Amino acid sequence: MASYIINVNGNDHSVNVDEDTPILWVLRDTLNLVGTKYGCGIAQCGACTIHIDGAAARSCSLPIGAATGKKTTTIEGLSEDGTHPLQQAWIEHDVPQCGYCQAGQIMTAAALLADNTNPSDEEIEDTMHGNLCRCGTYNRIKAAVKTAAKNS
Amino acid sequence: MANKNNTIDRRSFLKVSSAAGGGMILGFSIFMSGCKTDEVVKQIIPEIIMPDNWVTMSGWIKVGNNGVVTIMSPNPEIGQNVKTSMPMIIAEELDVDWENVVVEQAPLDSEKYERQVAGGSQSIRHGWDALRKAGATTKAMLISAAAAQWEVDASTCTASKGIITNAYGDTLGYGEVASAAASLEVPEEVKLKKTEEYKIIGASKRNVDLKQIITGQPLFGIDTREEGMMYASVLRPSAFGQTLKSYDDTAAKSVNGVSQVIQFGNKVAVVAHSTWSAMKGKKALIAQWESPKDSPLESTADHDEKMLALLDSKVKPVRNDGDVNKAFAEADEVIERTYESPFLPHNCLEPMNFFANVTDEKVYLKGPVQTPAWQQGRVAEILKRDPKDIEVHMTRMGGGFGRRLYGDFGDEAAEISSLAKVPIQLQFSREDDMTAGTYRVALKYKIRAAIKDNKISGYHITEAASNSNMYGLIPNFFPAYAVDNYRVDNAKFDSNITTGAWRAPYTNFLAFAEQSFMDEVSEITNQDPIEMRLGMYENAKKNKDENMQWDPDRMAGVLKLVADKSKYGTVQEGIHQGLSVYYSHNTHVAEVAEVQIINGKPKVTKVTCAVDCGIVINPDAATNQIEGGIIDGIGHAMYGDFSFENGKPSASNFDKYRLIRSGDAPKIEVHFVDNGLNPTGLGEPSLPPAGGAVANALYKATGKRIYKQPFVKEVEVLG
Repeated sequence: MASYIINVNGNDHSVNVDEDTPILWVLRDTLNLVGTKYGCGIAQCGACTIHIDGAAARSCSLPIGAATGKKTTTIEGLSEDGTHPLQQAWIEHDVPQCGYCQAGQIMTAAALLADNTNPSDEEIEDTMHGNLCRCGTYNRIKAAVKTAAKNS
Repeated sequence: MANKNNTIDRRSFLKVSSAAGGGMILGFSIFMSGCKTDEVVKQIIPEIIMPDNWVTMSGWIKVGNNGVVTIMSPNPEIGQNVKTSMPMIIAEELDVDWENVVVEQAPLDSEKYERQVAGGSQSIRHGWDALRKAGATTKAMLISAAAAQWEVDASTCTASKGIITNAYGDTLGYGEVASAAASLEVPEEVKLKKTEEYKIIGASKRNVDLKQIITGQPLFGIDTREEGMMYASVLRPSAFGQTLKSYDDTAAKSVNGVSQVIQFGNKVAVVAHSTWSAMKGKKALIAQWESPKDSPLESTADHDEKMLALLDSKVKPVRNDGDVNKAFAEADEVIERTYESPFLPHNCLEPMNFFANVTDEKVYLKGPVQTPAWQQGRVAEILKRDPKDIEVHMTRMGGGFGRRLYGDFGDEAAEISSLAKVPIQLQFSREDDMTAGTYRVALKYKIRAAIKDNKISGYHITEAASNSNMYGLIPNFFPAYAVDNYRVDNAKFDSNITTGAWRAPYTNFLAFAEQSFMDEVSEITNQDPIEMRLGMYENAKKNKDENMQWDPDRMAGVLKLVADKSKYGTVQEGIHQGLSVYYSHNTHVAEVAEVQIINGKPKVTKVTCAVDCGIVINPDAATNQIEGGIIDGIGHAMYGDFSFENGKPSASNFDKYRLIRSGDAPKIEVHFVDNGLNPTGLGEPSLPPAGGAVANALYKATGKRIYKQPFVKEVEVLG
């Protein structure tokens, strides 16, 4: 066990965990931020996507040390009240079915739009390819990302 | 035909309302999810101002003093959107403004609600009458209370958007008369609306949990956080057929955060202070497994051999119309093809989990389960407790697809909590989830058609399955009735690989086999695939009996609609179309898939779909269901590849198991038949036809037929 200070959604937290603990489980079990989801544990499904210093990262496969000295953002901190252009576009397109993957989808898309305000269809598809949606809402996700790009 | 039964009897309403006492309950709290408070609801649904107190009108409905209405959603939500669509039906008949509705997930309560199950696409179809009656009955009572206050006849009053108006133009809100209404006699009969009067049904309403989903609020089983909760991870046999011989937990117990290691049956649970510690502890267990002495561990090659042998064995038919032997004896030509599919894991994105707190006083269970009543019954049996002491609460589910019908995870959680004497959340890892599944049965079909005078005069399908065969009415589906001489044979072998329902059970593969076969028959006999099917539907009308569920006219309707909308047969060169039409789960669906050769490889670029599910409750969400079913159907037909070697699954995570991804998903266009008939379900019916439509389009594009799933292994076709 070791002590780490991590900044999540603008707040510093001191956590005491084993050094091999993935950021995902620190968020979920220690900080009770359960919006970031566990799907595969090997960075294959994207359900656990967060931002570390603004870049999309798979929190299930990064140990806690990867978050120290950096700014971590989770779905809970993407906007104060669900008004990020992507969240608004997700509402407009009523994207989710079961909803489990959607936080990860939004976080992946948010990192894309932060870098590229006008992504092509191909760029959207390439970026979102790493995020599984078992319900098959892919077309709505792509449409919502395009809408958000237009509105942001 | 729609709304045949527009009145209700008193008894059916009392079934709903009796346990609620019909009285007044003050001091409301959103008790269900355990994670919502009035404050949270205000924050995420800011447009709704929560009332100071509530009146319980029935097991379904609570009316707040400010007119806000809470509607209980009885059935488990797995992504099929019943938590929105079922309350919409109540709200329609209640005549309340949807913007003033709060929806709560009801817990298991067999006294108040019927069939609290997510499965078989049956929630809307089964709930249709009860939900409408629940809304209409409460509305009638509210109007009666207002009429009494005004001293006028109730029949002179009307209600709309939660406001009651009398002939003089006076108005009263539902919230103002709810207390008085709740003490009234439940009316003997109420009148239900005509379809043309609907304002909420047929108008797209967004998912009631949408804001919580996109802001990461706790909703799912995995998000459960309860006082004093510990986390559990379970080591299960490494291969199907093995039993636990011994284990060494020295290393596991030395993992930080691990508090207990407990054996139960053939499994070992590690209980810890965090999910990560529990998972690490499980990995540190050293177990010895024993293989059975009398039978070998099972492998896919043996399964295939057994099933192929069964296809040629003599078995008793489950359906046998006309004289099939004579038809084949007199045939000008016999066409025979064999179709094969593997076992498939469900791979819900939220791995199996459950919360259990077993104490001497009661058993509290909470989590994602499609069958809460079965869960209650099984846990009562395992723990030898009175079912009345067992509470089951349903969380939103990160997918179900049939896997969460079985509740083995809930049983395990209850057993571990009982032994560990602490509240625990059992969490499957992805590897646990994929390797301890209840897989889709592996299936093979041999289909034979007798051709006489260029028509199908006889049809004989033999099913070979692992563990269980097609059931119920499936043998009555098309082409039953459509072919005069028709026979279905079932054969199976027993496997110790656990199997169960997988989205659109049996038909998810049967439809591919049948619709691929139909396409090939139409080609061999030089018939237009549309005309051939229409002729068969027409023939079915003369053979109709009381067991016939599929409707030849509705089948023809979706076929004609999809042909029209997809411009079937008239699209530009380079676009290859494949057709598939199927009835399942009481809904008729036709699909046309389009394949184009892009960069030298065939790609599914578009699917056009026509659906007849009767009245469409929530059109945009219904379209979402259809899109999802098609993508799921294509994904598993194309990529779903799962096998066993000496009892061990071939894949345990998404690095080795391919699911359909964003770039693989085609454009989808959905059209609903507008006929005003009573609604049927949508969670499953668009999946079965997808595989056949794609296979038929791939044939047009490549000249190669596909007989096996997954298609991706058919390198001859896909390159």
